[in-house]
Parts: sequence; C-alpha cells; structure tokens
Amino acid sequence: MQKANAAQQPSSNRRPGARLAWIGQGFLLLLAIMVVIILGRNLIDNPELFIQIIISGLQLGFVYALIALGYTMVYGIVKLINFAHGDVFMVGAFVSYYAVARFQLHVWPSAFFPDLDPLVTVTLGSLSVILLSMITCAALAITIERVAYKPLRDAPRIAALITAIGVSFFLEFFGALSFVFSPRFIPYQRPFDVVTWYIKDGIYLVEPGKAPPAGSITFSNILLIIAVASILVQVFLQFLVRKTKIGKAMRAVAFDKPTARLMGINVDAIITTTFAIGAAFAGLGGVLYAIAYSSIWSQLGILPGLKAFVAAVLGGIGSIPGAFIGALIMGQAESLTAGYISTPMRDAIAFTILILVLLVRPTGIFGEPEKEKA
Amino acid sequence: MLLNVQDLNVYYGAIHALQGISFNVNQGEIVTLIGANGAGKSTILRTVSGLLRPRRGAVSFKDQDITTMPAENIVRLGISHVPEGRKIFAPLTVQENLEMGAYTRADKAEIAQNLQRVFQSFSRLKERVNQLGGTLSGGEQQMLAVGRALMAKPTLLLLDEPSMGLSPILVEEIFRIIQEINQQGTSILLVEQNAFMALQVAHRAYVLETGRIVLEGNAAELQKHPKVRAAYLGDTE
Ligand SMILES: Nc1ncnc2c1ncn2[C@@H]1O[C@H](COP(=O)(O)OP(=O)(O)OP(=O)(O)O)[C@@H](O)[C@H]1O
Ligand SMILES: [Mg+2]
Repeated sequence: MQKANAAQQPSSNRRPGARLAWIGQGFLLLLAIMVVIILGRNLIDNPELFIQIIISGLQLGFVYALIALGYTMVYGIVKLINFAHGDVFMVGAFVSYYAVARFQLHVWPSAFFPDLDPLVTVTLGSLSVILLSMITCAALAITIERVAYKPLRDAPRIAALITAIGVSFFLEFFGALSFVFSPRFIPYQRPFDVVTWYIKDGIYLVEPGKAPPAGSITFSNILLIIAVASILVQVFLQFLVRKTKIGKAMRAVAFDKPTARLMGINVDAIITTTFAIGAAFAGLGGVLYAIAYSSIWSQLGILPGLKAFVAAVLGGIGSIPGAFIGALIMGQAESLTAGYISTPMRDAIAFTILILVLLVRPTGIFGEPEKEKA
Repeated sequence: MLLNVQDLNVYYGAIHALQGISFNVNQGEIVTLIGANGAGKSTILRTVSGLLRPRRGAVSFKDQDITTMPAENIVRLGISHVPEGRKIFAPLTVQENLEMGAYTRADKAEIAQNLQRVFQSFSRLKERVNQLGGTLSGGEQQMLAVGRALMAKPTLLLLDEPSMGLSPILVEEIFRIIQEINQQGTSILLVEQNAFMALQVAHRAYVLETGRIVLEGNAAELQKHPKVRAAYLGDTE
C-alpha cells in the first residue's frame, strides 16, 4: 500500500514534460470523445457506408503493415529510420509492372502446362510475380545497406539518417528519369482479375460491368488477398523472431552487438538479413498496393512510406506487433478521414497522429522506454 | 602452447592502453592476470577475443595467427569470452541466452547434452529457464554468463572478473566451478580483482600495471611475493 503511494506521488510533478503530456492527454481525450460521437452518428445514419469505409481502411492498413514491419525491424536492430524503405516499396510495384506488362510472367504456367486449371495458372503466375518483386527488393536493400549504411555503422546516428533521406531522394528521382520508370503515372496491368462481391442479405458476386445494388457493402478478392498476406507475414515474423536461431540472433544483435559477436554471431550478416526481410515484405506490399489501386509512378512510395513510418512509431518502433496494430489504426484513420471529412485531409491526419504520438506517448503503444545503447 | 601473446600494443584513440604485453597459456592451465583498476586487464581479453585490434603485436591460438581475425570467427576456434559486467542478453530468456552461447554449433543432441551439464553446474539456472535474462539477480547473471560461454565448448575460457559483485558464498562457489571446468579439460585465462582467490586457483599468474606486465610466475610463489602481498593482498588478510 505504502509503496504504491510513494510511487504515485512524485510522478505527477517530477518529469519536466509531465505537464505537457497531461495537456496532451486531455486534448487527446477530448478529441477521442468527439471522434466517437461523430463516428457513432454516422454509423447510425448510414451503417452500410460506415462499414464500407472500414473495409477500405482495412485494405490500406494491411498494406501499411507490410511496409511498417521493415521500418520497425531495421530500427530495432541498427536504430536507423530507413527513409528509403518507402521507395523500395515503389520499386517492388514497378518490378511487378514490368514482369506482367512487358514479360507476361504472370501467365508462364500456361506456356509450359497448357492443360492446367486456369485458377492454378493464375495463382502460380501471380505468386511468381510477387516472388520476383520480393527478391528484387531484398537485393536492392542489401545493396543500399552495404553501400550507404554499413560504412556509417560507427558514425553518429544522424549521419546514417541523413544518408537514408539521400538514398530515398535518389530512388525517387532516379526512378523519375524517362528511361527508368518515367515521371508519369502508369496504368498498372493486374496479374489477375478483380472479383467483387456484395453483401445484402447474403453474399453475391458482382457481375462484371454491372453496378452492385444501392445500399450494399462490397469487397473484392484483392482485399482478401492483402489481408491474408499481411496476417501470414505477421505470423511468419513472430515465428522467425521467437523460435528460430536466426531470429534469436537478431534479438541478441539488437540488444548488444559486441557480445553477440562473442557468441560467434556474424553481426553484419544478421543486419543485412534484417534489411532484406523488411525489403522483401515491402516489395510484397508494393505489388499488392499496385494491384489494389491500379496506377503507379516513381513517387508512389513517399506517402505510403511515411504513413507506414508513422504506423511504426504509433505502435512503438522496434515492436513487430506494434507495427501491425499501428498500421491498422493508420488505415482506419485515413479511410474515416477521407470518408467523413475530406479526401485531402487523409494525408494530413497521418502527421496529426505522428505529432500526437510524439507529444503524448513517444514510445508508442508497445514501445518500451529506450535503453541508452550505442 | 595454447595461447601465445607477443608484444601487444593496443590504443584507445591516443591512450596507449597496452604497452607491449607478452604472455602465454598452456593447455590445461589456469592463468590469472591481476592488476589494479585501469591496468588493462579487460583490454587484453578483448584483444584476444577479437573485439579490439592491436596496433602492434600478435596473438596466436593453437599455433594459428588470430591477430586480425574477426571475433565471430575466433569463437569457432575454441575461445569463449565471458565479458566484464556479464553482458547477458536481457530481452532473451535464460534458455535463449544459453542457445546463443551454442550459436556456432550445429549438433542438436550434443548441444542438449551440454545444456544439461550447464544446468548441473548451475542448478539455479535450470529453475529459471524461461525467465528473461535481464530479470536475473547479479549472481545468477554471472552464472548465466559462464554457462553461456561453456555452451560453445571452448578450449580456452576467458573470464573477466567472474567474482565481481558476488556474495562471499557465491565467490567460493564460482571459483569452485572454475576449477571444475578446468579439471574437465578447459584452459582458463582469468582476470580478477580478487587476487587472493585468483592466486589460489591459478597455476600461473601475471601482474599488470598500467599496460605493462611487471611480475610473472608460479601462482603459489607470487602469493608470497612482497610486492604482490603489499599491493593486492594487503586488505584481504
Ligand atoms: N573504450 C575505451 N575508450 C577509451 N579508453 C578506454 C576504453 N576502455 C578502456 N580504456 C582505458 O584503457 C585502460 C585500461 O582499461 P581496462 O578496462 O582494460 O582496465 P582493467 O584492468 O580491466 O580495469 P578494471 O579492473 O577496472 O576493470 C584504462 O585506462 C581505461 O580508461
Ligand atoms: Mg576490466
């Protein structure tokens, strides 16, 4: 009893930032109440629209989760905000564009096995496209890490951070060159067709070319694929980090690099692997994003990248489940803002959230206070 | 000769921390390095295990030059380093910490056997396999650090102040375990503040002063040396 009292009392006025945090929390609470009231009214007025907005928010959130993982994993291990990560995501989208539109990689099984079931053909073909994008992104990230970040491993952290911003600009503007990805928007050819269903007293297929009945909720196979992929990746990473030798080595390296070396762990190899894994999933995200929104350009990665970064901070940077939860929240925030406030506000909301998180709880939802480590 | 160190010169920036250190460890020996704070004991161990690069001098292990070999490869040759301050992986469980110790090894059955042996020596660890390393007491962390190093099946064990911060009973215990490890065939290079205990378990000893070796010899004889008695054993009597 006494102990609890003693612990409680000084906490309110000891930290210099406490008053600010208190004001921030009060503000946040007011905001939350307002949001709940507005959303509640909308839910009652037009539940179908509300659910439709939630669904599109889920689709965004699951994609952001795929990107946010890379931010959080890399930060966890080298304490670097890898701002080039969003651009790796863009490259992933472009690789799949070339694979599909130029090289027809998505239909290769039909060339070799013409009798195959069309569904199997399209699944195998699409998976090949995705795999190619993931591998390319991983290779790109390994190159970036080796060339740009590794030489700065022992330099002050700000040096690597600024380099990351430089790499990001390089990818964006190199990509904008006319002989690379061009500065224009490019219509994206999907490796498979969109199938849409609507819900109205049951689930029905939306016939191609026809509009779903008014007042129904629709969802597509793309949403399902994105959701399944994102959740599977989450499960895979949890397994990797908790159960495998390499995952445990990643945690050891994140905590203490010299001691990890004393165990025989090749720290550089583990760091490179972490970059590669993060980039591969960003590549997956890039392909799925392009499939979902069907138009790509060389600066496609900037906003999703920044939003995924905010998601990682919101969840607690360094935490893998945190990145996932943060991304789902970001998806909803964006979708609800676009639906009920205005479309341009959807980008502003991400940064509003970033500022609020940094004011109220800089460690994010799952974050622990940072250990002072070199 | 298992470990041979010749004319080691190590700098931290402008600080000349080791100024021509030469010593050796033979197969089966416990050799201790004693010296005051800042004499350079930990620096020697960090250079042997590859965390630091000497500016001059050479380290060879089993007649192989390892002076410029990266730390992660030196472990594979059979040198395990228990660093100063234990350096347990706090967010990993006891079990996972021990697994990291066996990182260089692949034989699962042998690792499991090794784990059982560590648990035999340190029964407190067995009760806490799933506890996070960072939540162990100081003494338990020290045992985990030694156990973790043993998981690599070293030929040579480098111990940096294993008795630091332990209660007298645990100090006795850890030195008993050090002797046990040695009797099972592992050579040991022991750095200690507790010169009294170190000289009792060691075969040979080197006395270090500000980056130089000033005395060396048989541990039992050094125990009687007036200089050692005055400087290091004075207040342990
Ligand atoms: N990272 C470093 N940067 C600069 N100087 C260092 C560093 N590490 C050690 N030194 C200096 O090198 C000298 C030797 O240090 P070392 O840690 O090897 O001493 P030690 O004998 O292990 O001391 P202790 O018994 O206190 O652990 C000291 O003067 C110390 O200040
Ligand atoms: Mg020391």
